[in-house]
Amino acid sequence: MDVPPKSSFILFLLFWFPIISSLIAVRSDFGEEEFSEDLLLKPLPDRKVLAHFHFQSRAPLSDSFGRHHHLFPKAISQLVQKFNVKAMELSFTQGRWNYERWGGFDPISSSNAKPPGVELWAVFNVPPSQVDTYWKNLTHSLSGLFCASINFLESSTFYSAPEIAFPPASGNLRYGTLPREAVCTENLTPWLKLLPCRDKAGLSSLMNRPSIYRSFYHSQRLRLTLSNSAADELNSGIVLEQTLTVLLQPQIVGAGMNYGSEKKLQPSWSLSSIFGRKVNGRCVLATSSSVFLQIDGDLFTQLENLQKNTAIYAADDIGAEELTSNHGFELSIKPDRVHKEVEKGSSILYEYEIKEYTDTEQFDLSLTWKHPVVWSSPLPPLHASRFLMGSGNERGAMAISLKQTEPTGGFVCANCVEERCELQVNVLQIVPWYIKVYYHTLQLFVNEQRQAVTDFVEKMRVSPSEDKVSPGLMELVLKFPCDLKSAVLSVEFDKGFLHIDEYPPDANQGFDIPSAIISFPNFHAGLQFPDNSSLSKSPMFSKLQEKSHVLSYTEVLLVPLTTPDFSMPYNVITITCTVFALYFGSLLNVLRRRVEEEKKRLIDEANKKGLLRRVLTKLTAKFRRRSSEDPQPPSASSSSIMSPRLILKVLIVAGIAVVWQYYSR
Amino acid sequence: MEMTKSLGKTKLRWFWIWVIASLVFRLILIYLPKNLNLSSRPEVSTPLTSLRRLAEGYWLKQLSMSPYAGSMYHGSPLLLTLLGPLTVTRFEGQPDHLLCSVVLVIADMINAILIRAAGQRLQMAYSCSLKSMGLHQVSKNSEILPSGDIAALVYLWNPFTIVACVGLSTSAIENLMVILSLYGACTGLAPLAAFGWVMATHMSLYPAILIIPVILLLGCGPDAPPGKLFPQRKYDKVGNSSSSDSSCPEEVKNLLGVQSVFSWKPVLVFLFWILLWSSYVLVLSGICVRQYGGLLELFKRTYGFILTVQDLSPNIGVLWYFFAEVFDFFRSFFLIVFHGNILLMIVPLALRLNHRPCFLAFVYIVIASMMKSYPSVGDSALYLGLLGLFAYEITDMHFSFFLFCGYVGVSLLSPVMHNLWIWRGTGNANFYFATAIAYACFQIVLVIESVSAMLNHDRMLAKESSAKLQDVKS
Repeated sequence: MDVPPKSSFILFLLFWFPIISSLIAVRSDFGEEEFSEDLLLKPLPDRKVLAHFHFQSRAPLSDSFGRHHHLFPKAISQLVQKFNVKAMELSFTQGRWNYERWGGFDPISSSNAKPPGVELWAVFNVPPSQVDTYWKNLTHSLSGLFCASINFLESSTFYSAPEIAFPPASGNLRYGTLPREAVCTENLTPWLKLLPCRDKAGLSSLMNRPSIYRSFYHSQRLRLTLSNSAADELNSGIVLEQTLTVLLQPQIVGAGMNYGSEKKLQPSWSLSSIFGRKVNGRCVLATSSSVFLQIDGDLFTQLENLQKNTAIYAADDIGAEELTSNHGFELSIKPDRVHKEVEKGSSILYEYEIKEYTDTEQFDLSLTWKHPVVWSSPLPPLHASRFLMGSGNERGAMAISLKQTEPTGGFVCANCVEERCELQVNVLQIVPWYIKVYYHTLQLFVNEQRQAVTDFVEKMRVSPSEDKVSPGLMELVLKFPCDLKSAVLSVEFDKGFLHIDEYPPDANQGFDIPSAIISFPNFHAGLQFPDNSSLSKSPMFSKLQEKSHVLSYTEVLLVPLTTPDFSMPYNVITITCTVFALYFGSLLNVLRRRVEEEKKRLIDEANKKGLLRRVLTKLTAKFRRRSSEDPQPPSASSSSIMSPRLILKVLIVAGIAVVWQYYSR
Repeated sequence: MEMTKSLGKTKLRWFWIWVIASLVFRLILIYLPKNLNLSSRPEVSTPLTSLRRLAEGYWLKQLSMSPYAGSMYHGSPLLLTLLGPLTVTRFEGQPDHLLCSVVLVIADMINAILIRAAGQRLQMAYSCSLKSMGLHQVSKNSEILPSGDIAALVYLWNPFTIVACVGLSTSAIENLMVILSLYGACTGLAPLAAFGWVMATHMSLYPAILIIPVILLLGCGPDAPPGKLFPQRKYDKVGNSSSSDSSCPEEVKNLLGVQSVFSWKPVLVFLFWILLWSSYVLVLSGICVRQYGGLLELFKRTYGFILTVQDLSPNIGVLWYFFAEVFDFFRSFFLIVFHGNILLMIVPLALRLNHRPCFLAFVYIVIASMMKSYPSVGDSALYLGLLGLFAYEITDMHFSFFLFCGYVGVSLLSPVMHNLWIWRGTGNANFYFATAIAYACFQIVLVIESVSAMLNHDRMLAKESSAKLQDVKS
């Protein structure tokens, strides 16, 4: 193991070169497994710092290396092979992403902000009839792999198959969420195990458990894509992206200064102060290892204004070099590269490449603010939120409200069609079956006025929930005019009543409705850097440039459901059965009663003499009342005969019972 | 004669005034804002009768999906095609479901009229048969009470009926089919009886057991005193002049003529029409659900839903809570037990009450509406209305005041308990279930006491008739 991996790789190449070159000459570029690690840091307007770890492993399609892997986790490649997974994403999240403060229009938020709990979607490369089976097996494997109760997603009441409103939509997609899954370090450890360096070296060594789990939001994500298109040989293979997004609050060092004023100084931070650790060096197995610091577009504009105001730099063009020595803040280490977005007022990326460090000199990037700055994060086109209406445990209504985020109104026309500016919004809402949605009550209020749903709905797909079988799914493609101020979609529902076994242990807490997904297909979150700056080979850098749909998740709703009484099922069963027995017995009694005969018998019995007989008849009367369907008039003689006959009958029955018992044994 | 005629006319006028008053009352209630929220009450709208679910089913159908997709609609596809378009037509400034409400009000009115007509027919036949037995005094007493009018007004003014009608429950239409079948059987119209029976069974399954009383009605004629009293009549006739039969119209006499022997002809005609109507209904609903899985799926979604008690939302019955609490491995056992309980009493009742098929139908309806999986007040409205038909026979019923108080008490307490449990969250499910149990008990008492009163009435007739016989003999 002393041999450095690079040399071993060369040896390996040398050994296999003839075979590889002959067999996969075309895809020799991708003939090796790659691993890279990146970290993106970003100060946020509300005095927090976003840290986004991004690890990417690539492996060529398995036939080149057989079943062996160097860097790529074997568990994952087996998963891909066994379940024919084409694409998959699994996320564990704790906390809720605040779209208003932390941004909703940048690549980080639209692809890494996830709903609380577990979210899993997967696309399978199998015939549509087998997808469900593969999904079920996949959930069980993942559940074992990540020590989480993902296996609950096996039940058809938890997953569904969106088709039009979910971005990676295709026929074989299955989507499921577990909003109440608690996420903790036992889920992180197996996730780290998939990395070649674990958390022993490289950027992942920053993941100090206490600081991560103290964060305001953390989302650990695993995304798997399999591309084996013949046209794109270069990118064919399995790509595994593992990201961890953490929102941390830096410790305020100089708490006293400027405390009362409106413009507070942002807290300065360094890697060691937010994580409690420093980077010792890169993971030696990684092809690239870099740290980025992103400055939001708005923040950059604010800083520019600040510079203009203080008039230190007069009217100079701000070149890339000057950007490093910004006036508003100070970085402890000079960045290796600076990337600036092409559009005006756009963000800046500082890139640091991680090298080997010694114990004395470690990589500890720190940012010190010099002046108080106020800025805002890029907001999504519409701010989406969801809420419940109504009271009581019988019925209610659910509303999704979309609000214009920019008070000025009017969007940057992203996809204008003949002067008519349209804003497309896709809504995907999945509700569990015990929320019985009346889809015909779907109402749409545009700019606070009720409008016909059909005027705005471009496409609609509803698959209503089926009791104890499948959740309800509603997919809408809405087209609004761009001068939209607000839109509210509301739908009414009845709350279901469950069997006592179906309630969770804390039934009175309520039930979660998974987040709705609002996506804006006309808007693409992606940073645009000039071509010459793409010197960086970091996969995260290309990921940030990737055009992805702007996506936001709404809140998870908590619906309280009525509970039956859990303590006394026996009482309910016995009382109900008693009532039915009462009905049956007394109705039969009324039907078979013959008043005259009974009267006659009573008179006969009263005429009887003798104490012994009276006692005997009293005894037998009870039996007779039950068994005397026979219409023969009871006389004194018959009643005296009755009792031995009855005893005989009882004896016979007892004998049969004994014999039966004996033989059945 | 003139006197009685004018009396009858004033009576008739009063009857119609009350009918129209009840219609106006309904319309006023419909025009109150949001129908007083009655349509969402668990007492009124069960999964089977709720018009809201029907609207959802219609909406799904408009989107070319199966109306039974999702567990919302479980009713008949024919009802969906009839009522569905009415749920979406709205008029400016009018209540939301005005047309449906009007349909239900009309159904209620037809129900009352049919009950009245059936009641008059029953009463006439009954007094004729009493007269033919020579019990003139009894027959005269029975004519004092116009039981048809009483039953119709009881049906129309019963708060349960009004609530079910204003609350947009489709049970009024199911009741219409049941009453149509009974009316057809009373008047000897086999095709009408068959149509009513087939439609009622198609819509809510439980009226299937009414085939026995309907066959008895067609085969033996309407309610009469026990058959074994009639041999005495022949003897009686010899001694007495036939003047008693003069007041009976000819058709009633024809009906009475068959009562001593079971006549097969109308029954066979009835069975033939059942075959015809049911194949017609099956073909129609097969066309309706052709693209959505066919008839098998339809039966699974309607009858299967009724028989397996899948929906556990609270209603005035007891089964929802029972099946919410019972252990899963006993579920099928108890399903069999409870549905068997309905079937178990069919034969004993039919044996004992075969001479009174109309009353037998009433008893069956009470039992079914007590034991059915999703009972609503609409079912109670039906049997309470029919109870009025036997106003004379069961005047001596025990506990009638107690029962009346019980019904009033339960119908006041049950919403309170529901409110405490569901809306305020201060009550418990057991409170509401207790009212449901009490309601079931009152219904049980009603069945038992009415059956026992009817049997006592028969005993009284037998006594009178034997006394008469002795008089004639001596």
